[in-house]
Amino acid sequence: MFGESIRIALAGLRANKLRAMLTMLGIIIGVGAVIAMVSIGMGVRDKVESSIAGLGSNLLIITPGTASAGGSRQAAGSGITLNAKDAIAIQEVAGVNLVAPAVSRQYQAVFGNQNWTTSVQGTTPDILGVRSYNVQEGAFFTNQDLETRARVAVLGKTVADNLFAGINPVGQTIRINKAPFRVVGVLEGKGESMGGNQDDMIIVPLTTAQERLLGISYVQTINVQATGTDAINQAQEDITTLLRVRHKLPLTTPDDFKVQNMVAVMATADATTGMITLLLGVVAALSLLVGGIGIMNIMLVSVTERTREIGIRKALGAGYYNILLQFLIEAVVISVAGGLLGIVLGILSSYGVSTLAGWKTIISSLAIVIAFGFSVIIGLFFGIYPARKAALLDPIDALRYE
Amino acid sequence: MSIVLSNVTKVYKLGGETVNALAGLTVSISPGEFTAIMGPSGSGKSTLMNILGCLDRPTSGSYQLDNQEVATLNDDQLAITRNQKIGFVFQSFNLLPRMSTLENVALPMVYAGVKKRERILRATKVLTMVGLEDRMNHQPNELSGGQRQRVAIARSLVNDPTIIMADEPTGNLDTKAGDEVMAIFSELNAQGRTIILVTHEPDIAEYAKRVVYVRDGRIERDEWKVR
Repeated sequence: MFGESIRIALAGLRANKLRAMLTMLGIIIGVGAVIAMVSIGMGVRDKVESSIAGLGSNLLIITPGTASAGGSRQAAGSGITLNAKDAIAIQEVAGVNLVAPAVSRQYQAVFGNQNWTTSVQGTTPDILGVRSYNVQEGAFFTNQDLETRARVAVLGKTVADNLFAGINPVGQTIRINKAPFRVVGVLEGKGESMGGNQDDMIIVPLTTAQERLLGISYVQTINVQATGTDAINQAQEDITTLLRVRHKLPLTTPDDFKVQNMVAVMATADATTGMITLLLGVVAALSLLVGGIGIMNIMLVSVTERTREIGIRKALGAGYYNILLQFLIEAVVISVAGGLLGIVLGILSSYGVSTLAGWKTIISSLAIVIAFGFSVIIGLFFGIYPARKAALLDPIDALRYE
Repeated sequence: MSIVLSNVTKVYKLGGETVNALAGLTVSISPGEFTAIMGPSGSGKSTLMNILGCLDRPTSGSYQLDNQEVATLNDDQLAITRNQKIGFVFQSFNLLPRMSTLENVALPMVYAGVKKRERILRATKVLTMVGLEDRMNHQPNELSGGQRQRVAIARSLVNDPTIIMADEPTGNLDTKAGDEVMAIFSELNAQGRTIILVTHEPDIAEYAKRVVYVRDGRIERDEWKVR
């Protein structure tokens, strides 16, 4: 009986192909939009996540508070309260894996007749682990270079490419702010991340930068890598306590430094992009709902149009469920076919968006399943009322209907 | 006895006004009878037809079809009764468009749950009986009025019902086609089927062996023809 109902329903749809197609279009667009929008949202989320992850894993970044000159407070991070000894002390905190204090400033680097203005960072070899840098050519400078304030430099990929066109930079001497530095290594490219191009910089030993370039004894940031995600919050607290003690801050004084937890930043970004995805999905789901209303509308028209047919079928012995199934299956066939075509449309359009607009899109199988399931439910939900209306028709009235 | 109506009433409410379409009608029809129901419009003959055809239930009274009380059946039970025991032939044929002759004839068997192969077999058989074996794959709009009515008769026969109910079966046909259709009914009656014919044409009622005249919801006259 069920198979027979499907056959009758399909015949009913074939009789009105254009109308069935147009009704289906509502569902096709709805399902397609949900899949495409969610894939765009997921793409954004993935991009943000990977750019944060690109900074390094389980990262805490400690910056000094604001400097205060005559009651006028300067920009955040302009303070001079952090020094290399703080960094050494932090190394002892439980849950801390690597610590790399750093300073940086923009300088012009010169090689031969080429010049390039870039950020010169002074730091320790631990930065390799903290920021997950890899040395592509040569080697990183050593702790001995750090102690001897050696004039050695490690180049980021962008700098190497711009200063040395086709020459191996390792062993060459460049000038940073007119002082000569021997290039000992080149880093592997890391690409864009939060805060711009990660490859556009030169790394020199911290002590060299402090004393030979900047002429300062404090550090501008301390990068800390925790041993794991579970240890990072405790480490953040312990470091705060430690630094307050080291800086001899009375209880009432606010911190003169700031510990930024990149895991927390990641969680916030995750929540934000998740919200964007949800918003896009919900807006698209609304069009699916509108498509469902279209189904109901056309089914009501269909029931009215076919009142006489319903009367005939009832006179010949069709019961309530025969008629109910016939019309319900018609509605569900429209929504299922629309759902399947919508999946195709959604996948195609998210590929289209990623090729044409260059956005990253991730087609989520969950979104496909949910959108399709939703379209079936919409078919059932919006089909049941017209189908019930048909099944409840009085055979005498229906037969008399002109 | 196959059909027994006793003291059947049917009351409609039409815009606040109650209409007594049937006012205590009693009639019985035995198996194998060819009965014509006649009466002016408003006499209650359509209501009587609907009740006899199990399309409607009486307000009060009893209707026994093959010793089964029909008045208390629910809608789905009525549908099953129509499917199994009654074959309908309508004035306007009431074939489903966009379906072939064969599919139209097979439709009552779909609702009876008959397997597809047997449906085709039986539908072919009844179509041959009415002389339309070469029109099985035509759609209703490709047939003449007389042919359509013969398809409808084939459809009414296909579940082998107790009664064939024909509501003005010749109303939309010319005299020749009408005579052909009535000849089929006579033939079916000769085979032993009960036929109930509703008409207002005395010529058509001539085919029946018994004529029941209805007026004001009651039997006015009940005539048996002696041949």
